[in-house]
Amino acid sequence: MTPRYSVFSLLRNALSYHENWQQAWRSPEPKARYDVIIVGGGGHGLATAYYLAKLHGIKSIAVVERGWLGGGNTGRNTTIVRSNYLWDQSAALYEHAMKLWEGLSQDLNYNVMFSQRGVLNLAHNQHDLRETLRRVNANRLNGIDSEFLNAQQVKEMVPIIDLREGGRYPVLGASLQRRGGTARHDAVAWGYARGADALGVDIIQECAVNGFRIENGKVTGVETSKGLIEADKVGVVTAGHSSVMANMAGFRLPVQSVPLQALVSEPVKPIIDTVVMSGAVHAYVSQSDKGELVIGAGVDGYIGYGQRGSMQVTEETLAAICELFPLFRRMRMLRQWGGIVDVCPDASPILSKTPVQNLYLNCGWGTGGFKATPGSGWAFAHTIAKDEPHELNAAFTLDRFRTGFLIDEHGAAAVAH
Amino acid sequence: MSGYRLSSGGQIDRARPLSFAFDGKRYQGYAGDTLASALLANGVDLFGRSFKYHRPRGLFSAGVEEPNALVTLRSGARAEPNTRATVVELYDGLEASSQNRWPSLAFDVMAMNQLAGPLFSAGFYYKTFMGPTRKAWMLYEYFIRKAAGLGAGTLLPDPDRYEEMNAFCDVLVVGAGPAGLMAATAAASSGARVILADEQSALGGNLRGSASAQENLAGLAALDNVTLLARTTVYGYYDDNTLGAVERVADHVAAPAEGQPRERHWTIRAKQVVLATGAIERPIIFGDNDKPGVMLADAGRLYVERHGVAPGRRVAVFANNDGAYRSVAALTTAGVAVSAIVDARREIGAEAQAIAAASGAELLLGQVVTRALGGQRLSGIEVAAFDPVQGARDGAQRQISADCLLVSGGWTPTIHLASQAGGPARWDDSLTAFLPGEASQPWRAAGACQGTLDSAACFAEGAQAGAEAARACGLSPNPVSLPGAKTEPLADVPLPVWDARPPHGKGKAFVDLQHDVTASDISLAHREGFRSVEHLKRYTTLGMATDQGKTSNVTGLALMARERKLSIPEVGTTRFRPPYTPVSLGALAGQARGSHFRPTRRTAMHDWHVENGAEMQAAGLWLRPRIYAQGSETVEQAYSREARQVRASVGMVDVSTLGKIDVQGLDAAEFLNRVYSNGFLKLPEGKARYGLMLREDGFLWDDGTTWRLSETQFLMTTTTANAAPVLSQLEFLLAAVWPELKVAVTSVTEQWAGMAVSGPKSREVLASVLDDLDMSNEALPFMGVRKGHLNGLPVLVARLSFSGELAYEVYCGAHHGEAVWSRILEAGKPFGMIPYGVEALGTLRIEKGHVAGPELDGRTTAEDLGLAGMTSRKKHYIGSSMLKREGLTDPARLKLVGFVSADGGKIRAGAHLVAANDTSSPPRSLGHITSTTYSPALEKYIALGLLEDGPERVGEKLVATYPLKNIDVDVEVVSSHFFDPEGSRMHV
Ligand SMILES: Cc1cc2nc3c(=O)[nH]c(=O)nc-3n(C[C@H](O)[C@H](O)[C@H](O)COP(=O)(O)OP(=O)(O)OC[C@H]3O[C@@H](n4cnc5c(N)ncnc54)[C@H](O)[C@@H]3O)c2cc1C
Repeated sequence: MTPRYSVFSLLRNALSYHENWQQAWRSPEPKARYDVIIVGGGGHGLATAYYLAKLHGIKSIAVVERGWLGGGNTGRNTTIVRSNYLWDQSAALYEHAMKLWEGLSQDLNYNVMFSQRGVLNLAHNQHDLRETLRRVNANRLNGIDSEFLNAQQVKEMVPIIDLREGGRYPVLGASLQRRGGTARHDAVAWGYARGADALGVDIIQECAVNGFRIENGKVTGVETSKGLIEADKVGVVTAGHSSVMANMAGFRLPVQSVPLQALVSEPVKPIIDTVVMSGAVHAYVSQSDKGELVIGAGVDGYIGYGQRGSMQVTEETLAAICELFPLFRRMRMLRQWGGIVDVCPDASPILSKTPVQNLYLNCGWGTGGFKATPGSGWAFAHTIAKDEPHELNAAFTLDRFRTGFLIDEHGAAAVAH
Repeated sequence: MSGYRLSSGGQIDRARPLSFAFDGKRYQGYAGDTLASALLANGVDLFGRSFKYHRPRGLFSAGVEEPNALVTLRSGARAEPNTRATVVELYDGLEASSQNRWPSLAFDVMAMNQLAGPLFSAGFYYKTFMGPTRKAWMLYEYFIRKAAGLGAGTLLPDPDRYEEMNAFCDVLVVGAGPAGLMAATAAASSGARVILADEQSALGGNLRGSASAQENLAGLAALDNVTLLARTTVYGYYDDNTLGAVERVADHVAAPAEGQPRERHWTIRAKQVVLATGAIERPIIFGDNDKPGVMLADAGRLYVERHGVAPGRRVAVFANNDGAYRSVAALTTAGVAVSAIVDARREIGAEAQAIAAASGAELLLGQVVTRALGGQRLSGIEVAAFDPVQGARDGAQRQISADCLLVSGGWTPTIHLASQAGGPARWDDSLTAFLPGEASQPWRAAGACQGTLDSAACFAEGAQAGAEAARACGLSPNPVSLPGAKTEPLADVPLPVWDARPPHGKGKAFVDLQHDVTASDISLAHREGFRSVEHLKRYTTLGMATDQGKTSNVTGLALMARERKLSIPEVGTTRFRPPYTPVSLGALAGQARGSHFRPTRRTAMHDWHVENGAEMQAAGLWLRPRIYAQGSETVEQAYSREARQVRASVGMVDVSTLGKIDVQGLDAAEFLNRVYSNGFLKLPEGKARYGLMLREDGFLWDDGTTWRLSETQFLMTTTTANAAPVLSQLEFLLAAVWPELKVAVTSVTEQWAGMAVSGPKSREVLASVLDDLDMSNEALPFMGVRKGHLNGLPVLVARLSFSGELAYEVYCGAHHGEAVWSRILEAGKPFGMIPYGVEALGTLRIEKGHVAGPELDGRTTAEDLGLAGMTSRKKHYIGSSMLKREGLTDPARLKLVGFVSADGGKIRAGAHLVAANDTSSPPRSLGHITSTTYSPALEKYIALGLLEDGPERVGEKLVATYPLKNIDVDVEVVSSHFFDPEGSRMHV
């Protein structure tokens, strides 16, 4: 039994100098076979394993991660959570995730610090306004909380913003999702890992999958750096490396892997309490509970696997953010990094069966999949357990790129998180 | 600490006293001081409070690695929080204040956190704050945020300016210490273009101020091929040997001089790089090792030698290597009393012994400091015997009084840039340090950054690296003479001691001082399974503070290795990420600011529009006239009047922003035929055609007319938004897909000014101003294109219509735009000709059911918009093979139709369409409105929109609902061709 975390357990352990805490999850050697293997120990993979064990009663599950848990995009993202997507299918999926977020800390008994501080999307011109209003109305019709603020209301909510009246990109208004916000990325990975481990899931780190064993069109196991592990079913959740995995399984994906970067400033006393995003100016910012400004923008202009991103993008991002917040100029950048994001042509994910039987794919979340983590894991677990998608992810097939039933979520402009 | 100013020595100018204030109290220092050295000289020992426990903290270092002494420099709009006092050059009138304390630095209420300290173990916040309700975190967070952050940022916009430089060089040398100086000298001797950059206020590194460094620098300064950059931090190493650097031009003065930037950002593209970035000393940890008064040994030496400041009156030293003896020697020379030297090693070399003897200090070999004593400042140390295998022994501890303890645990080479460049670091067991790994870009390392600490060896290594770099650029360096440094007898190989506490030692042992990460936090992380380096960092926040763990990362790794019973390299190291030290956001944002943030594009007729009352509106980077309001007209009144006048007589609109691409070559027609979904092969010379472009996946992408000017030359127009994307797509196709086609494409958007003259009187107006064109229907039929002259100026005239009226587009060289525009308007006066804006343009096109941006949003197909007839079945073109897929031909797809307001209400863009009898809540969306206008021709509000089963619903009544404002408008579904559906007006 995994002991519960609470203020009491904390007090009790403080008395024994914290010498009696148990490990958050075991680190077992892989068994010879499992019912289900999840490849990729990011948030989505771990959530999938958790819901498989919890909701579908599958006993023998392993998560196989080539590095350390959460070391991919889960641990590199800027943690914006929202569900105000345009199309019905996306809205339903992201809103399902939002509902799970709202009880996640309690469900996992791990504080993922889900903070509903609100997410603002600024509109700077007539085109933005039109798109914003269409989206707000669409959200309302999908039962998703969505508001429109005029410039003055934006200023009241974010006093430090420069509305740039008469300037290059005046703020004309913004959409607001109050239930949106941020969460603590590492805690999401660790919380799901601990929760899954408690349900008997084997979490195996530093174990890379180098190939699939496929017999008669059906997957029967994975070749790993720790040897062959057999499995009835395999779910691949490897984000930026999904094309590489598909290649190993003998099919191709319409996915491009590109570096997306983000940066944080030195911590300063809180000056901004909401998440502010701007498509036209092309940047977004929030402030973490530690006080760091968390800043990001669009992807680099080239395809690649180097997790860092180029200097020009950093410069452009900061020029943009300093336009909106000229008082940031004297603050300092503390860390800058990149992650490899898996972008689909229609900016929507793939949560799907594949041409290989019993091999399932969860990818294509691109620049904005952190917010979907609980919903993605939930729906993917269903897909694997039942060998068919749940209603929520039925539209997010790999096949849609053949049929043309796209779910085009390209925003008015391309800052999508 | 009871630091004081020595009566002589140091590289300060005692003739130039400077006055400054810290927390409102006035002090005096000298030119050449840092804020830290000046405060130390004034006996200040409390510099800040730690992040979590708010423990009192003093000076720990003398450089960029400082974890403790963070202050807010300046005030008002120039306030800079979290500034390391150790790198702030003192200037007259400097103001600084301490941070993260309330009400004062000496008495900080939040120090109560220490009482709860036992609760605040690593990652404690993940384990609590989860109840009682699901929303509880929002409340806890409110209070946690109050404690967040270190200093407070300014709320005023930054008054200063930042510059950008792009530099190219053969050899960039980073770091101007012994190795860097020699590298630059050697490289420069070949004639190579050399840049030598150093973060410090003066070049020279460890040799700063020495005669040999001065001589060397003077030599370099005299060379044209050498650029010397002091106060310049190379912070990032990116792909293609591109490095980012920030030069602090005016940070060492109160405010930049007139016309001077505060900082200058350098983008340096170097053929070869020499990294001579030195090394940073690391501490050994022990109980309460964070007491003000505990300082790195080399920092103690620097304060004495560089600033003429003694770090204390009774100084003790704790070391595991010979390096600390340099500090002892410096202190002795300066007459500062060293009371005890505690060395973990049982034996030390003769030179170290001699230094110890000369200092008069008690030498305690084979012993370690187990604990610091004192209240808010150090008053003494506890010492115990040490065994290299067993560690410190419990009991039998001795106390020694001291007000300053200089600690040296060995050196950590500054490998940040090498690591950023790519390639993992390499562990060196004898130095117990990570060294730069294999170079994956053209760089080489020299000196302390490579683990070489001896000066003579650094000179030689630097010279060699510089010469090699020059050679790698194809140049021939000359031999350089090395300064005569004697090989130092001091050995810098440390005895590995990380944590000097005995098994049951007292006090907290801090690894990361700024983030209050202790040795027991690391044990806890291990216990709970956070064992990989990254998990360790993230769980404990080790190394995540503003000093980025410069003095703590290796110790943290060593402690984790001890827990895991692995060697340090087996535990691993993290990849360093830019920046090496924090860089101001303003420097990175650079000059792209205000009106320079993005270029503003103006058409040739811009000034005319503004002078004639146009309200300008942004369209991407362009500014376009929205309306030309008269008197107190509303927008709707203005565009209605403009549109009405066009249909009644004639008007003119500026269309210069459309993308224009010159397509030339023997295969130009073939190329266009593959690019557009409709046929272009047979387009005759002197004719234009409206074309559709699809994406490869079959969806609609762009539209526009393309004019055949000759057998081999076309002028393509695109939408304003897609001008650049279409050009790059065409270039891609020609370069990568059909390289065999003989075609060249060139953007000519800015070369042509364009204006559309529309309305029944347009022919008469143009006929009266054109010098040489027959404007009759026969001579210039619909879609005809002619070259002619207007007032002697060459123009292109095309008979095209977006408004549905008889209309022409007139293109001329951009320089003549305003002249041609004015001349035509002049000629139109008798007809009441008016200029019209983008709003009226929209009204006219909506009345005609023409699609534009809102309908071409990348999600629609030609069929959706009723343009299926324009997708040829006879040829292959971009998008043709994907066009017939079920997803694109599905009958359930939304289709373009028109709407008229049935109840006189205004239809809003962004409204959704729902069935009139849909009572569900929320109702089901059947589609949405894309474009709306008041139609003066129909005298109704009309709209275009995309609707399920669109064309089949013509005649049906629906509701355009706008939930945001709770506005519902009854609408009737109609054909999208509202006005003159036969098109008779434009063919006259
Ligand atoms: C800079 C940045 C900012 C972002 N900001 C946001 C944001 O604000 N909001 C938002 O919603 N989303 C954001 N995202 C996107 C978000 O991070 C991702 O969509 C999401 O985290 C993906 O989670 P994942 O679990 O699928 O992938 P990951 O966390 O990347 O996990 C995939 C895992 O697979 C492992 N793996 C790969 N190959 C193998 C193999 N062969 N064998 C075994 N394991 C393997 C990897 O090591 C990795 O741990 C951002 C992304 C980046 C990079």
